[in-house]
Amino acid sequence: MRQLCKGNVAIVKGAILAGCRSFYGYPITPASEITEAAALYIPQVGGTFLQAESEVAAINMVYGAAAAGARVMTASSGPGLSLMQEGISYIAGAELPCVIVDVVRGGPGLGNIAPEQSDYFAMVKGGGHGNYHNLVLAPASVQEMADLTTLAFELADKYRNPAIVLADGFIGQMMEPLELEYRESAPPEKPWAVKGTPETQKNLISSIYLEPDDLEDHQRKLEAKYKRAQQTEPRWELYDTGDADILLVGYGITSRILRSAVEAARSQGQRVGLFRPITLWPFPSEALVKAASTVREVLVVELSNGQMVEDVRLALNGKVPVEFYGRTGGNVPSVEEIHADVLARMSVMFEREMLGRMMPVQ
Amino acid sequence: MSQDSKAMVKEAEAPAGYETVHAKSPVFYDIYERKAELKNQTHYCPGCGHGVAHKLIAEAIEDLGLQNRTIFVSPVGCSVFAYYYFDVGNVQAAHGRAPACATAIKRTCPEKIVISYQGDGDLAAIGTAEIVHAANRGEKIAVFFVNNAIYGMTGGQMAPTTLVGQKSTTSPWGRRPVNEGYPLHMAELLSTLEAPAYVERVALCDNKNIMKARRAIRRALENQRDGVGFSFVEILSPCPTIWGKEPVDARRWVLEKLVPAFPLNVFRDRKLDTSPSTMPPQRTVTDVLEISAKDESAQRVAVQHPHHFREYTIKVAGFGGQGVLLLGQLLTEMGMREGLEVSWLPSYGPEMRSGSAHCHVCLSKERIGSPLISHPDVLIAMNEISLRKFASQVVPGGVILYNRERLPADFALPQARVICIPASEIADKLGSTKVTNIVLMGALLEETECLLPDTAMSVLETKIKKLDLLEIDRQALAAGRNFIDSHVRVGAVSQPDGFAY
Repeated sequence: MRQLCKGNVAIVKGAILAGCRSFYGYPITPASEITEAAALYIPQVGGTFLQAESEVAAINMVYGAAAAGARVMTASSGPGLSLMQEGISYIAGAELPCVIVDVVRGGPGLGNIAPEQSDYFAMVKGGGHGNYHNLVLAPASVQEMADLTTLAFELADKYRNPAIVLADGFIGQMMEPLELEYRESAPPEKPWAVKGTPETQKNLISSIYLEPDDLEDHQRKLEAKYKRAQQTEPRWELYDTGDADILLVGYGITSRILRSAVEAARSQGQRVGLFRPITLWPFPSEALVKAASTVREVLVVELSNGQMVEDVRLALNGKVPVEFYGRTGGNVPSVEEIHADVLARMSVMFEREMLGRMMPVQ
Repeated sequence: MSQDSKAMVKEAEAPAGYETVHAKSPVFYDIYERKAELKNQTHYCPGCGHGVAHKLIAEAIEDLGLQNRTIFVSPVGCSVFAYYYFDVGNVQAAHGRAPACATAIKRTCPEKIVISYQGDGDLAAIGTAEIVHAANRGEKIAVFFVNNAIYGMTGGQMAPTTLVGQKSTTSPWGRRPVNEGYPLHMAELLSTLEAPAYVERVALCDNKNIMKARRAIRRALENQRDGVGFSFVEILSPCPTIWGKEPVDARRWVLEKLVPAFPLNVFRDRKLDTSPSTMPPQRTVTDVLEISAKDESAQRVAVQHPHHFREYTIKVAGFGGQGVLLLGQLLTEMGMREGLEVSWLPSYGPEMRSGSAHCHVCLSKERIGSPLISHPDVLIAMNEISLRKFASQVVPGGVILYNRERLPADFALPQARVICIPASEIADKLGSTKVTNIVLMGALLEETECLLPDTAMSVLETKIKKLDLLEIDRQALAAGRNFIDSHVRVGAVSQPDGFAY
């Protein structure tokens, strides 16, 4: 059955379906509905909700609950995530599974509460100190807010690693139909956890390795794990890419606008397609290379000054020209704006081609 | 095990004929395998108070029979390596965050014994917020706070508890209150809170006081075993190496300098947790997530509406409090029940609480791309500001429903068809200004036929539980439809400029 649901609330519903019964958080616009929904729902299904004194405390509570074997999560927005970065680094170092939601707002500093995608670097590239990666999922609909949160718990447990759901103010605040199906969630056994039992008495959760060789071994182990994730976990979506001249690339709310822009362009006979990364880490590089193999130009659109575009360029490695279109400050490009930009690029592209044909090559 | 450490174990065993008086508690590992070298001795300096504090805690755990249900949270500081020694579950926490970490461990495993062991920099400087709030929530954990008035691990910098005049590498002329403030008295500070069950300060300065510390530590663990509440033991402790003193002199310094500055006392000792506790209702997952069978039957719509569009977009705008967002949500819910793809996107944030609000509604037969609407098919303008701001965005041939009897005199006419409807007045006559949005909904449905009035009623029936309110809504919906029917379709003459008035 479909229910009309807000993106932020869908996060909590997806988490409960995944068996999450532990939420530690601190309110912040535009992510507060997640904390509120958790406060309302999680105690009713026998779980623990606690409003922490700060995001710093919240992420360290997540650390503690994860150390004790709980499926646990927290949620915040940019400034809160900045405060959590130390804790996330510890969680990654201690190999604890947890889910962290970032409903991105405008920055830097206090910025504003309107949607941006400017936390890409902070979430996808690590953000805290040391060599580590987060698993990062980018929902583009209310349904995916729930589904990718559920998936985030599974991936977090599978890799014993923090998993981030990277949304934005719009996806968090909007309402769409949500379809949920109840199933018994079965979080895996966690024999490594510290549960205060005779079986787990010898266990230690820590990220400290004093000896250089020990720390290097630990990092190699993490590296191997990340490699495994890179091989098996990339997820993406294609739309009308088969014969495209221009390939649009965008995630989250931007991908929705791009999808409409593709439709507008196609209705006028322009060959435009869309590549939408669903996992931002691991980035679906191989799939992107394949999708871009026949296009003439790639246009990356973000609500940022150009962050994911770096991963697109790394993936394509100069094989195709990669251009960027960004809006910031909470401004969101309209479908018409993107379509006009695509048209302008196409005319330049064809003009160049015509000129190239007229000039005989010596 | 290396040859070296084997030899050392052998050395440690008492020769035949002798009785070992100072036996190591079984709560300590026999050999400190987690240590890189010297696996038979601690990493603490000779004369350090941590060794004594560790021993007292280990013996208390042993005597109370708690070893296989204890979780020890170690801090950042000299005692970061407590997990080398304690043969219990160990979690190493970030600097200052042990109380937050311990909070969640205890909440995850309420029956277990959770210990947070912290130094003065960890607890009273970087972790001040965490300890105050864990104490204030009355977390049923035991916190052992080792206060030696100096940073040991990092090599002698000033602590929040460094005495006035005491030299450190970061207070080279002695702590000056004018620059660094005064020493923090954590036991006193926490005992101002309501929740803590037990707060005591003890000192590891002589045998008599060590025995008092032993009792305090035991008491904290008994409290936790019995579910009493938050227990906090501040332990004044010698740091001979950083203080630059012989171990014996260091102990004397605790007695002569630290104790006068940090008086020994039982600040709080309450037997039972008396804080009132209420449990939220317990429901099934399907009920809480609204995915049970009864929700399904409530939402079924019998008739499928023959929608005349592929996609239909509506913008609702007005003052916060006029029911702008709710009207959008109701239309979205109706579209969903009629089997359409739908989206609702609000303006959000603090401005919503006093200023203007608007939302975008998309109804579509196909998957919706952008939920943002640049050019709506319909604008419902609930006030003049919204009309002026958004009228020009409406597609040519679209509809504007304006909540007034007539347009402002100076208003430039847009390309859309404008219908003025005094919805607020109509709502007032029905007995509630609040149903202005429902009057406008009635007008929208009658004018555009984008959704069915029956669906509107079925949605309102599930959303509004009070029967008298529902009745007013029913009348408001009808009044909005009638207005279009009588004034616009029949009575009013469509004017050459496309306006009904």
